[in-house]
Amino acid sequence: MAKLILMPEISANATSAVIKAWSKKEGDVVAINDCLAEIETDKALIEFCADEAGVLGTILAPIGKDIAVGVPIAVLYAGGESAATTDVTALLAAAGVVGNPGAVPAPADSSIVQALAPPVTAPTGRLFASPLARRLAREKGLDLAGLQGSGPHGRIVKRDVERAASAVTPVVTSVATPVVSPVVQPVVTDGTAAFHDVPHSSMRKTIARRLTESKASIPHFYLRADCRMDKLLALRKEINLAQEGGNGRKMSVNDFIVKAVAVALRALPEMNVSWTDAALRHYAQVDIAVAVSTDSGLITPVVRSADRKSLSAVSATITDLAARARSGKLAPDEYQGGSFTISNLGMFGVSEFSAIINPPQAAILAVGSTEQRAIVVDGALAVASMMSVTLSVDHRAIDGALAARWLAVLQRTIENPLSILI
Amino acid sequence: MTQFDLVVVGGGPGGYVAAIRAAQLGLRTALVEKAQLGGICLNWGCIPTKALLRSADVLRLISEASRFGIKVAPPEPDLPAMVARSREVAAQLQRGVTHLMKKNGVTVLQGHAKLHGRGTLQITGANGASSVTAKHILLATGARARVLPGLEADGKSLWSYREALTPTAVPKHLVVIGGGAIGIEFASFYHALGAEVSVVEMAERILPVEDAEISAYVGDALRQQGIKLFTGCKLQSSKKLGNDWQLTLEGSRQETLTADVVLTAAGIVGNVEQLGLEGTGVRVEKTHIVTDAYGATGEPGVYAIGDVTGAPWLAHKASHEAIICIEQIAGLHPHPLDVSKIPACTYSHPQVASIGLTEVQAKAGGRQIRVGKFPFAANGKAIALGATGGFVKVVFDAASGELLGAHMAGDDVTEMIHGYAIARELEATEEDLMQTIFPHPTQSEAMHEAVLAAYGRALHI
Repeated sequence: MAKLILMPEISANATSAVIKAWSKKEGDVVAINDCLAEIETDKALIEFCADEAGVLGTILAPIGKDIAVGVPIAVLYAGGESAATTDVTALLAAAGVVGNPGAVPAPADSSIVQALAPPVTAPTGRLFASPLARRLAREKGLDLAGLQGSGPHGRIVKRDVERAASAVTPVVTSVATPVVSPVVQPVVTDGTAAFHDVPHSSMRKTIARRLTESKASIPHFYLRADCRMDKLLALRKEINLAQEGGNGRKMSVNDFIVKAVAVALRALPEMNVSWTDAALRHYAQVDIAVAVSTDSGLITPVVRSADRKSLSAVSATITDLAARARSGKLAPDEYQGGSFTISNLGMFGVSEFSAIINPPQAAILAVGSTEQRAIVVDGALAVASMMSVTLSVDHRAIDGALAARWLAVLQRTIENPLSILI
Repeated sequence: MTQFDLVVVGGGPGGYVAAIRAAQLGLRTALVEKAQLGGICLNWGCIPTKALLRSADVLRLISEASRFGIKVAPPEPDLPAMVARSREVAAQLQRGVTHLMKKNGVTVLQGHAKLHGRGTLQITGANGASSVTAKHILLATGARARVLPGLEADGKSLWSYREALTPTAVPKHLVVIGGGAIGIEFASFYHALGAEVSVVEMAERILPVEDAEISAYVGDALRQQGIKLFTGCKLQSSKKLGNDWQLTLEGSRQETLTADVVLTAAGIVGNVEQLGLEGTGVRVEKTHIVTDAYGATGEPGVYAIGDVTGAPWLAHKASHEAIICIEQIAGLHPHPLDVSKIPACTYSHPQVASIGLTEVQAKAGGRQIRVGKFPFAANGKAIALGATGGFVKVVFDAASGELLGAHMAGDDVTEMIHGYAIARELEATEEDLMQTIFPHPTQSEAMHEAVLAAYGRALHI
């Protein structure tokens, strides 16, 4: 019996995803665990594998378009079946999809996605809503039929109407709005276009949405500290020398910093928190996200329980996560969660910068380059290797004095790096 | 060591209701109580005071018998019998709760419980110490009257609510410190029994959380009965002279009161001591445990409900929070408690009952409101009963017709406020209330008329 293949929910709470490429063609034999398609969620490229064997039939969903989770993307024939023996329209109708063009491949048009989206079940009979909800909806011009009731037995109550009203984008009716003329692309003198638009990847959109939300809604404050790195650099040199005989893994300065941050978070767990509207969430584990730059944008894989891992284990984890992040092969649980982020631009020669908090986390550490600077030691000038770090903090969750105490612990840990190894 | 799904600490109307609901949902439940099942409400609060106030009502009614065409000799209060009845009422209900625990399969542990590491409670009882473990621990330890320095209850001339519930004699002059619900109820009771009663209240009016018009009406009614009210006054100093206390007031009036008994009913503090909260994530602010809307504290697996979590200190609020907390633990997705839907009752004479916003609170946000009032003096049944004192007041949102608040003073209003509570919960608008048919002849018709009055449509005034 032919079946519909539905867009999977690849990461938790993802409502849609994009098919990057089909790995099988119509008519190809499919075995269990064969890769059917590459699907891009907001943060990663995932291979979507078959959990049933058969023959790939009609492909219903176009490549490169955002498709809602649960929408049919292809037909899978069982043994002996073919396009001739299968009524795709009937299959779709049985799945609740009406008005689909049937066996023809879905046109590359977002409207088809809507047509394919699971239909909202039409209200049958009486609509249950409180008198106040009815009146508020009438005043606000909302249609109660489209609302989800949260009262007893799904009754629509005041809070549902208020929630819906605040979600509706206000319609601008001002007559003063300038009429936007059809976009005419300006042309530079040599006849080539002055610009071209590259559509955003899902990842780009997510970065834009999350960071805008972060900067707009989180009251950031920033603390800077300079850390003397001589001891840490000497220790690193020694460890790396010793490693040459072994598996050859070399520790980066960043590995030491990730570990130092973990030690400091364990020492002051009040910093290992995030803000929610109802409560301050305290994390049991020290999970540190490390910002990794990839061709399509920024991603933050998470080093779990970094405080309990050895330096070499942290180093190995980061190397592995970063490599897979760059090839887009991270699983969602490898870049979700985490209570603190480290962003290191030191390798680009940036001496210091301030980072935007990665919500729902409450802090991020921006790490600059290690450079020789003139410092004053006991009243005399000296040359030392110094590194500046800037801590961005969510003031709703963490006050200045706590953040300052934490930064002092971090500085002490970095400047006395043996404690990192213990 | 016994392993439970849920252990409730405290057997008051929050704790025992939580235990019953948890048992209904199939959780293996235990309840730890260090004193008596039923808590303050049932043993030393709501219930025994109502028993005493009932005696006061009967006494008052008999005194007024001639108004109803009945000749009787002047009645005499029998204080020990009143107290005995009140204690028996409490004891009967306590047996009832014991039975409910048994019926629902809740294990009752007698003793004092203290957090002892994650998921563990140490219980110290008459038979020594033991430990129980539980996935979820619910603190429902309640609250107690604040002790005023120098006026710590001694059971003789200095009373808290406990002593006031088991008097051996009627005081000659009782001074009540605190003009909230508890203070006013005791003032009413002892006045009915013939004591001279004075009430000292820091706020500008008694029952300061009620609507200003209600406070003013009750204040006038009590003064007319002969109760002295010292509002806007604070106790400046107190000293014992012989058997009496000399209390010097400061504030709106500088007076010195002489009393043979002083009852303190000013302020409430949460029972947060000796629970082993130190070093846990449970946060305590102003003697109360801080929780989210579902009773979760800052410590995973530890919850708190009822009086120990703060105002309003009402038994029905505790019970409701208990249900929400347990259903949340069981994953039933309850809605958080809406404080503006909790009715409050004071059983003084006259009684007071209210729900939602006062007129001042409703106006505070710049909201347009409609207010309607109707006096019991214009209600047929009230006239027939000879209970014409008091009135009903309702506050509506002018735009949406939402019933924002309702405030009542008069006979039996505590038995009627639930009508408005249902209206608020079901989100009735003025239109629905107007269309509701109230039975005639009842005092509740005044509730209907007050709604009509808010829209200029009252029929009988």
